[in-house]
Amino acid sequence: MGGEFWKMPTSGSNAGREPVTFPQYLLLNAVRFADRVAMRHKDMGIWQSWTWKEQLEEVRAFSIGLQEMGIGPGDKVAIVGTNRPRLYWTFCAVQALKAIPIPVYSDAVAEEMAYVLNHSGAQLAVVQDQEQVDKILSFSEEIPALKQVIYDEVRGLREYDHHQLYDFADVQEKGRESLSANADLAKQWEDNIAACDGEEISAFLYTSGTTGRSKGVVLKAKTSVKAAQDTVKFDHLSADDSVLAYLPLAWVGDHYLNYAQGYVSGLCMACPESAETVQHNLREIGPTFYFAPPRVFEGLLTSVMIRMEDASALKKKLFHYYLGVAKKYGEAILEGRPVPLAGRIAYSLGNLLVYGPLKNTLGFSKIRTAYTAGEAIGPDLFSFFRSLGINLKQLYGQTEAFLYVTAQKDGEIYADTVGKAAPDVEIRIADDGEVQFKSPGMFVGYYADDEKTRETVTEDGFVKTGDAGIFDSRGDLKIIDRAKDVGKLNDGSLFAPKYIENKLKFFPNIREVVAFGDGRDFCSVFLNIDLTAVGNWAERNNISYASYQELANLPQVYQMMTEHVAQVNHDLANEPMMAGSQVKRFLVLHKELDADDGELTRTQKVRRGFIAERYGPLIEALYDGSKEKYVSTEVTYEDGRKGSISATVQISDMKIHAPAAALKEAAE
Amino acid sequence: MNQHINPGSMRADDGIEKGGMLLHVDNISLSFGGVKAISDISFDIKKGEVRAIIGPNGAGKTSMLNVINGFYHPQEGTITFRGEKRRRMRPHRAAKQGIARTFQNIALFKGMSTLDNIMTGRMTLMHSNILAQALWVGPARNEELAHREAVERIIDFLEIEHIRKTPVGRLPYGLQKRVELGRALAADPALLLLDEPMAGMNLEEKEDMSRFVMDVNQQFGTTIALIEHDMGVVMDLSDRVVVLDYGQKIGDGTPDEVRNNQKVIDAYLGVAHD
Repeated sequence: MGGEFWKMPTSGSNAGREPVTFPQYLLLNAVRFADRVAMRHKDMGIWQSWTWKEQLEEVRAFSIGLQEMGIGPGDKVAIVGTNRPRLYWTFCAVQALKAIPIPVYSDAVAEEMAYVLNHSGAQLAVVQDQEQVDKILSFSEEIPALKQVIYDEVRGLREYDHHQLYDFADVQEKGRESLSANADLAKQWEDNIAACDGEEISAFLYTSGTTGRSKGVVLKAKTSVKAAQDTVKFDHLSADDSVLAYLPLAWVGDHYLNYAQGYVSGLCMACPESAETVQHNLREIGPTFYFAPPRVFEGLLTSVMIRMEDASALKKKLFHYYLGVAKKYGEAILEGRPVPLAGRIAYSLGNLLVYGPLKNTLGFSKIRTAYTAGEAIGPDLFSFFRSLGINLKQLYGQTEAFLYVTAQKDGEIYADTVGKAAPDVEIRIADDGEVQFKSPGMFVGYYADDEKTRETVTEDGFVKTGDAGIFDSRGDLKIIDRAKDVGKLNDGSLFAPKYIENKLKFFPNIREVVAFGDGRDFCSVFLNIDLTAVGNWAERNNISYASYQELANLPQVYQMMTEHVAQVNHDLANEPMMAGSQVKRFLVLHKELDADDGELTRTQKVRRGFIAERYGPLIEALYDGSKEKYVSTEVTYEDGRKGSISATVQISDMKIHAPAAALKEAAE
Repeated sequence: MNQHINPGSMRADDGIEKGGMLLHVDNISLSFGGVKAISDISFDIKKGEVRAIIGPNGAGKTSMLNVINGFYHPQEGTITFRGEKRRRMRPHRAAKQGIARTFQNIALFKGMSTLDNIMTGRMTLMHSNILAQALWVGPARNEELAHREAVERIIDFLEIEHIRKTPVGRLPYGLQKRVELGRALAADPALLLLDEPMAGMNLEEKEDMSRFVMDVNQQFGTTIALIEHDMGVVMDLSDRVVVLDYGQKIGDGTPDEVRNNQKVIDAYLGVAHD
């Protein structure tokens, strides 16, 4: 077997040379990690595994098979499906031929998928199963460039016309036959990989397209490898690490964290049995590196709490007692800060009785590094997992950066920031507050869309993120809002509505918040109480109420909200950039914001413009100094009937802290 | 292209060509005391087809299935299965011969896991003695591993990996039905009898189940006889339909023929019987 070249010779012209493409890493890993496990997949109830040497063999056989089907440099190959070994091998097999892999979201509707396939000009698609084959066949006339389809799972496809349809195993078999018939073929294939200088295109990653059409982000091999090398070093990843690949294949996070970092570090990637078994599989594998968006952590916390409610009294008592201990000492112990001996003893007891078993159930026992990103995470939620001893950190990333823009360093973890610039990344904040960056993994441009590329990349080579951010006193980046939503108060201070809204929404008693202030004298908010949480509180305190409206208008509830807003104002006063946008007046809305009334999107995001129009009189009341306001609002019931809710809404005034005063207060 | 894969069955390979006669019942009559449940019914099931048995409530459909798998013994008539003629047969003989079934009311072991329930379907295929099985030694061990693999293939096929270890009593109805189908499939049947596989299901569950029934038929080449009330399902899935009413056969043919048969229309629309 070849591969000697990749033993990183200590002498000669290639001395100390590091690979610049992922296929080069495959060759290297097949030598340096030959018999270590590269890939696992639970199939038929058993974890199947492949070593790096076996993975090389699988990739090579498929790659040669593709070559015989006519795939060559510059050709585009779409990959559609969930996390399965064969689809991951396809990336490398395609890259080895200098062709371009293009992962496509497998749950995309037919129209969206047709757009991406058409736009990228893919001529071959490697797909998971019948569902994807059917989808592609349904619009095959709209995508003339696509000539052939290869499928992984044969089920249900036997009766199909196999004119341009191939079984993955058959393609691999063809490759193996050619390899054994022609002794030079393997060497040629490896030589071609070795000859790459990293200027090749590594992949097109299409953005998910939440804002308009998805764009094809073009990534270069050399820069992609460099980015992965940097973060592998940053988080000390090695062949001893393992991950569970369960995120969408087409998403930059999966491609980066699992594929790119996997090839560079040699870690073991495990593919779950099916989407429904991820939680079980997580527990079986016990990964050392883990990524999940905040809502996954939120779901886990909720399910733990609900299940504890059904536990025996003793267990419940133990659980809550030791959660208290963890809250007090857990994070300090994780970060190596000084903790009194009694605290350490209590914590290790807690670890034995509660945290250990809990982490084991969640599959978090072996986690060394966990990341979350994508949206703001509540400080309590963040601390909960950290206090259990799970090293959960935040990162901020983009497809255009090939993921990392910032990442939190061990020991410098805060719930409200996304950390400092990742290694070799340069960040600046533009005059309008927009975050811009230059990074090693930075994209080349959008495929076949120069105009969009010019809009996104500045003349001096920085990428505009579209997000507004600020640096806090520690030099950590805070993402505050989408850049286009950020405004200014009349006194010129920054107003980022989502930042204020998120801060308030972290209180379990508050469900929705709408902040106003752009072009006004001060900031004010509408609140929606959380009916479940506040209702629960009312029940415990023997306060009776008949409806949301009545509960929302109770003086005690207003008192509760006043305390929450005061807390947020206090926090804001401590942030020089944000001190100006403390909440001066607020009201609790007389009805819940609802998607049926058009106030929220179907994904439960606040439609600020629509609300401003609908509740115009209330906004005016917030700014004209009234103490209360009578309103009548039309509502749509679930069966489509219309009615109206009217009420006199109270408006509360808040104390505004001077920035310095708050600092002094905190110091005392 | 390889057409069909039998899930490792020796029994399914009986030398009968696809489309050849797998089973025929001749002049079957069955009565309970004075009540005549089935009178003088004859029809056949060809290898590889999906054969539906339909009819209004009390028409004798389930009795007919019970006759085929040996649970009821008809007073008159014969059943020929794979060329072997018989009148009386014990259900376990039928199972050994390759007839498996599911039930109108789910009949699973509620306290056992999905995996174990499906494993029981392999029972008639196990050969090692009870002592060897209990000690899990020698051939018994290898045998169980082989059976476990067959069961895992079925779990994969029916997409129930996530409930492999869940006690079936805790599963929703639609999934329990799927587990029951799994258990029947585990017996490697040459003939699969499904008694109202979609009863009580919502539209989505029905669509899923229909797809599984079709896939079983196409991928494993299993012959299927099914009783079903949902006419849409029957007409879509089956190759031929036999219609019973008050224990008598009133129609037999392709879905289209049956749909246009006046006697069938009358039976369903409720014309007075003479």
